[in-house]
Amino acid sequence: MRNLNKKLNMLKNKHLLGLKEYPAKDLKTIIDTAYNFKTVLDRPIKKVPSLQGVTIVNLFFENSTRTKISFELAQKRLSADTVNFSASSSSLKKGESFKDTAQNIESMKIDAVVMRHPTPGAANHLTNFIDSVVINAGDGTHEHPTQAILDMMSLHEKFGKLKGLKVAIVGDILHSRVALSNIYGLTTMGAEVMLCGPSNLIPVHLKELGVKVSYKINEALDWADAVNVLRIQRERMGKSLVPSIREYREMFGITSKKLSLHKKEIVVMHPGPMNRGVEIDGDVADGDQAIILDQVLNGVASRMSILFLLCGGKNSDGER
Amino acid sequence: MSVQKLNSRVVLQNGTLLDPLSGETFSGDILIENGKIAQIGKILFDGEIEKIDCSGKVITHGFCDLHVHFREPGREDKETLETGTLAALAGGFTRVCVMPNTNPPLDSPEAINFITKKSENLAVYIHPIGAITKNQGGDDITEMGLMKKEGAVAFSDDGLPVQDGSMMRIALEYSNLVELPIINHAEDECLRSNGLMNDGVVSSQLGLDGNLDLAESVMIHRDLELASYTNARLHIPHVSSSKSLDHIRKVKLVNHKVTAEVTPHHLYFNEEALRDFNTNLKVAPPIRTESDRLNLIKAVKDGTIDCIATDHAPHTIEDKETTFDLASFGMIGLESCFGAVSKVLIRDNGMSLLDVVRLLTVRPRAIMGFEKDLFKIGAEVELAVIDPNFEYVFKKENIKSRSVNSPYIGEKMIGKINYTISKNKIYKEVGVINK
Repeated sequence: MRNLNKKLNMLKNKHLLGLKEYPAKDLKTIIDTAYNFKTVLDRPIKKVPSLQGVTIVNLFFENSTRTKISFELAQKRLSADTVNFSASSSSLKKGESFKDTAQNIESMKIDAVVMRHPTPGAANHLTNFIDSVVINAGDGTHEHPTQAILDMMSLHEKFGKLKGLKVAIVGDILHSRVALSNIYGLTTMGAEVMLCGPSNLIPVHLKELGVKVSYKINEALDWADAVNVLRIQRERMGKSLVPSIREYREMFGITSKKLSLHKKEIVVMHPGPMNRGVEIDGDVADGDQAIILDQVLNGVASRMSILFLLCGGKNSDGER
Repeated sequence: MSVQKLNSRVVLQNGTLLDPLSGETFSGDILIENGKIAQIGKILFDGEIEKIDCSGKVITHGFCDLHVHFREPGREDKETLETGTLAALAGGFTRVCVMPNTNPPLDSPEAINFITKKSENLAVYIHPIGAITKNQGGDDITEMGLMKKEGAVAFSDDGLPVQDGSMMRIALEYSNLVELPIINHAEDECLRSNGLMNDGVVSSQLGLDGNLDLAESVMIHRDLELASYTNARLHIPHVSSSKSLDHIRKVKLVNHKVTAEVTPHHLYFNEEALRDFNTNLKVAPPIRTESDRLNLIKAVKDGTIDCIATDHAPHTIEDKETTFDLASFGMIGLESCFGAVSKVLIRDNGMSLLDVVRLLTVRPRAIMGFEKDLFKIGAEVELAVIDPNFEYVFKKENIKSRSVNSPYIGEKMIGKINYTISKNKIYKEVGVINK
């Protein structure tokens, strides 16, 4: 019998819930392993048997395109068996509790759960009543650790290092799980982080995490080696927190004009989905400075690495 | 059953008597005859009598809680007047005031009468607090006069703050007619927004919507101004923030009719305790920062805060064992009250047992105008026998409420209740408390 609890001790934590206080050593292991898996993606047959016989459920209580496909591809390329569940087809609509849903799925003998949920802490909460490995694919405005890991991998790939790197995160920080996970991960790895965006969308208390804050995009661009541009998530806002698209674009949109004011080449990232012409202009997104599509590919490699390190660990003879 | 009828003659022997009214401490016995205090001091007894050994224990007034939710009528799966009574007794309480946010709410003389009648034969005194507005809707004032006749002791729309300033003005003005306090759950709904926990360092890091301390303090400021203007009696429940204390402290210098309470949990926990998304710590108003907690302790010591009230708020497991956004607000607090506050106030902050007992006895009774002299010969018995130095770990077994939503489970407590005697009945702690 496979026993995931007895697997090789490759990472300190059983689950991947968030990057707060996540060990630097483990982040390095994940990124290093991701490079190995990335070579698999360049092969004609993009599949390895690493997770053969492992069953993973993708629990998506909130819409997702990129993250869901990325996880599913990662699972398939590792030869895991996968089941998908989304809120629209779920029994949650019939009034079943989150706990019952989770426990029912687990009793069907699964090894890991990848979950996206609109509520902060939902992944932590899930670990209270299931034994499977839990991977957080985004919990409300809390964390999105796999996104931050793929962002870090992409930065590492581009610059050859993370330590000392200056990364500006621009946009709606308040409603962003991507920002929070990036702050935790990047600062752990020795990079510097500056937050830039409208003053009402940057929580004042985040300064205590050792990040810089600027409300001026030029200041941020002048400082940064790379800029991670966040989507302006209008659907998340209960109130009109940004007066208009044109005002936002004028003040914070990443345009080639704003970039051209700075002599150095600034690497441009975006976790997607993009609002072209709002937070980022099309020509910038498609331009040479952007590594947005590299991020997407690295997303699959990173998730393969994470899944393998958390759910795998078989010896060559198939024993754990 | 741990609640028994009191024998017609009972003597509490060899205890230390602590009278929170006079401030005196003396050793001696208390003779209780037919549910009334018959004699205090060194007692020579004859004839048939039950002797209860209280050596090493402190005998004092039964505690009084101005703020509990017993959920009846409507949510008897969470608590009833009967199960709430057991929880109260286990915590040393002999008198409680129940909040009106039941279903239907206690917004009519009939509803008040329901509580009064139904609790008549229960072992603690249960006083209904009436709603300020009909259906707690914030629009129309309730029949305060008729409700008082049926037993209402104060008015509150607890859980649903009176948002409209003119409504609050009317309520305070009208309360002068019935001479009862208005208790307003102070939270500005617009500022509170969807806040789930204190707006601060921890909420920013957890991604949970924050509830600013200002949401409380601006409404407390409004209420204080209105209370002074109307010369009405305002009691401020569950004060949670330093900013609110600043307003209360200032107004109390000139307005002596204003009173305020604090809960044990706002004295015991700070927002750091929510880092693992523990829904049992999701309360309204929220648990705030360590600095707020320390200022609340200071305010207890300097008298800005008048008394302790638990805001005992039972919820089913289903209502709490869910994601943080969906979990109900509130925690139970009667059983854990004394062990928690004596640990924080006596051990950690050097207050005397007498002063802590006062916060639970004469102080709340004074606010509500209840009888304060409980050691008087002839008084209906309302006593708690406590072991103030007993250390133990709070467990689920210590809970007598129908609900178990307590964040104190697993916490080390100091001070336990051995007996609670009230309404001619005695509650005996039956050995579930272990070191």
